Amino acid sequence: MDTQITLRVDGGTHPLTVDTRTTLLDALRERLRITSPKKGCDHGQCGACTVLLDGRRVNSCLVLAVTVDDAEVTTSDGLADGDREHVLHRAFLDNDAFQCGYCTPGQVCSAAGVLAEAKAGWPSTVTEDLTAEQVDLTDDEIRDRMSGNLCRCAAYAHIVPAVATVAEAEGVRR
Amino acid sequence: MTTTDRLIGAGVERLDGPAKVRGTAPYAYEQDPGEPICHVAVVQSTVNRGRITRLDPSAAEAVPGVLAVLTPANAPRLGEGLAADLPVLQSLDVHYQGQIVAAVVAESSEIAKAAVGAVAVEYSASEPDVALGVDRPDLYAPPQLMAGFETDSVIGDVDGALAAAAVTVDATYETPTQHNNPIEMHTSMARWDEDRLTLWDANQGPHNIVNDLMTAFGLERGQVRVISPYVGGAFGAKAFTHPNQILASMAAKVVGRTVVFELTRQQMFSLVGHRTPTIQRVRLGADPEGRLTAISHEVVEHTSRINEFAEQTATATRLMYAAPHRRTTHRLARLDVPPPTIMRAPGETPGMFALESAMDELAHSLGIDPVELRIRNEPERDPERDVPWSSRNLVACLRTGAERFGWAGRDLRPGVREDGRWLVGTGVAAATYPARRRRAECRITGHGDGRWTVEIDGSDIGTGAWTALTQIAADALRVELAAVELKIGDSDLPFAGGAGGSTGLASWGSAIVLTAREVREQLDERWGGQLPADGVVVKGEVPGPSPHAENYSMHAFGAHFVEVRVDRDTGEVRLPRASSVYAAGAIVNARTARSQFLGGFSMGVSMALHEESVVDERFGHYVNHDLAEYHVATNADIGDIDIHWVEEHDPWVNELGIKGIGEIGITGAAAAVANAYWHATGLRVRDLPITPDRYFRELGLA
Repeated sequence: MDTQITLRVDGGTHPLTVDTRTTLLDALRERLRITSPKKGCDHGQCGACTVLLDGRRVNSCLVLAVTVDDAEVTTSDGLADGDREHVLHRAFLDNDAFQCGYCTPGQVCSAAGVLAEAKAGWPSTVTEDLTAEQVDLTDDEIRDRMSGNLCRCAAYAHIVPAVATVAEAEGVRR
Repeated sequence: MTTTDRLIGAGVERLDGPAKVRGTAPYAYEQDPGEPICHVAVVQSTVNRGRITRLDPSAAEAVPGVLAVLTPANAPRLGEGLAADLPVLQSLDVHYQGQIVAAVVAESSEIAKAAVGAVAVEYSASEPDVALGVDRPDLYAPPQLMAGFETDSVIGDVDGALAAAAVTVDATYETPTQHNNPIEMHTSMARWDEDRLTLWDANQGPHNIVNDLMTAFGLERGQVRVISPYVGGAFGAKAFTHPNQILASMAAKVVGRTVVFELTRQQMFSLVGHRTPTIQRVRLGADPEGRLTAISHEVVEHTSRINEFAEQTATATRLMYAAPHRRTTHRLARLDVPPPTIMRAPGETPGMFALESAMDELAHSLGIDPVELRIRNEPERDPERDVPWSSRNLVACLRTGAERFGWAGRDLRPGVREDGRWLVGTGVAAATYPARRRRAECRITGHGDGRWTVEIDGSDIGTGAWTALTQIAADALRVELAAVELKIGDSDLPFAGGAGGSTGLASWGSAIVLTAREVREQLDERWGGQLPADGVVVKGEVPGPSPHAENYSMHAFGAHFVEVRVDRDTGEVRLPRASSVYAAGAIVNARTARSQFLGGFSMGVSMALHEESVVDERFGHYVNHDLAEYHVATNADIGDIDIHWVEEHDPWVNELGIKGIGEIGITGAAAAVANAYWHATGLRVRDLPITPDRYFRELGLA
């Protein structure tokens, strides 16, 4: 069955017709050819398709496109301000926090989500003080919170300092 | 030409980096074919060995939006001479579970996937034979191993030396089937323009794929173009043609449209190869001072019914340590499994797990520090080929690594360090990988305005080749980095072998250096050193292996030091820190090289602690065929990793003195982890992976 929806992605508005079975990821990649989010498993197991949905990170392969008719979708490409790279982009480049680059847009979106979650005081499984208003993004916090994004090139030990640099600049790391 | 500081060695930021972090670098599926794309989904066999007895596509054909259902009954005939797994839909015979038996082409991916379920298939099949064992009567010696290595090597009287040795180790080590699992799933997008085929494809070397497409479809060179500028990881799985490239091309031809075939993650467990499981018996004999008198390494592994892939598992043992009496053997069983293939450092990766674990066991038996044991057995020359090393700095790696890690004063006793619930230990293992060079061609165009175009069909599968090759070219032409435009990843470019065997930079870089040398000579001879206004085009090549390869043994070496902590209540294994040191010739880009070493080492940690493709011996399939159940290391699994390399100048390996660094990091890493696990717990795990339950099993509690 086909349904008319409108997707708002990276500041653009896209009316389109989708099969009700179409995931947000496939709507972006196959219908709109917005290919910044990647497909690595299609089952919510790798994180390569991570985007921000109204500011929160989601695996877009687990979201049906028809359910996000009125939401704002942000990809890693959309985090940039035109030609100006996002601070996370710069941090990933500075730390060589990737190799093949395929999981990277998902890592970047996930990192943006992590920063927002930490600012909002959301604890993780390694957070010691569950009542703190703001989380201190230690290396262990970053490792734990970024573990939904697999990197087979295994740039993990470079992703941690990349996220840490931005966390420090934004006041969520002491 | 302007002069500039040397760019080789500098940590130049990835030139492809800005596009990759934003996600705008176009991988295979993301290229623009110039017309709407339709989609392929496949039906896979549910039996391991048998024959299709009924195949009814009619219900699938009736699904609105389905353009074609390809089956062995209607698929176009392919040319002869393809590798055994490539003739897709050419026969009713089934050789492995997961083999493609039908394919749906449809207007959308949703329709194609749904229609797959409507294809009815029945089989006659025999019981799957998938269990590897050392007692199988059908084990055989292959004529040779992968990469042309001899199957066996025997020097002296190994059994006599073992019987006479003061101290011996005799242990059997096992590694499980592993799957490469690059995060970009294998994807091929095919378009035909009359009799010309274009394939946008995820692979490690477009020229490799072109040859098979020519054979399959009866095309001449020039009628096929494979385009792959960006590849989302490969690790060997994308080195050779697999059924997906053939099928995508076939489907596009049948429907007369651009089609894409993107494998699912699950399909990658049967259609694009895996690392064979291994069973390895290692016997070491030594005198009381720890000098090895005998080394024996006997390997049993599998291949498929339809291909012979003989992993060179014990070849590193032929060169790591001195000993007068030595033997290595490889035996294969042909099983009803999908065709195995290369996976990061095939041979060295499983082989060094066994050898370096055995060395640790020997060190314990002797009461000698395991770093010292290795140093005492350092060979002056290649012990089996009896030629000198082009360069070998394993001892420097061991000493430097020990210092950086803080190895001195380590208590040799296992199972005696506690930190609350945690049992703490440290371990060491050596690493090695061959340094090779392959034939490659290159074309350099000097434009009148001072810009240069350097063309070669190299690949960047995450290695950093886009950046490192540009650095090499700029240095060789003596111009600024920004003056060079590099073109790679396209079969229309001058020939190069794929990214594999850690040969990329050594081969492509050498071709660029030699071609640039020719450019400069021509400019000097004909134009007084100045670039003429209408430009210049020079084609050059590097012929193949180094002319010195016959007379020197060429290998990179390294040493890993790791700390492991084991939770004695849960069996959980953590790796808080490691130091990994390499001697791998000249390093072209310090930034991307660090990532290569780090990624290789971390994949070795993943192998040690997580990776295992579990085969169901009753039904013959890989049970854990996705990323939720085939575990790979995540961010939280990797601690602080110190990567370092020692200066090494090797005049013999190639024009640049580089040895290749994509694979050495994974070799030996799993042994270092297992050795540290033993040091923490006193438990020697000889079959990977060391999952939490192993702690209780080894203690006899589970």
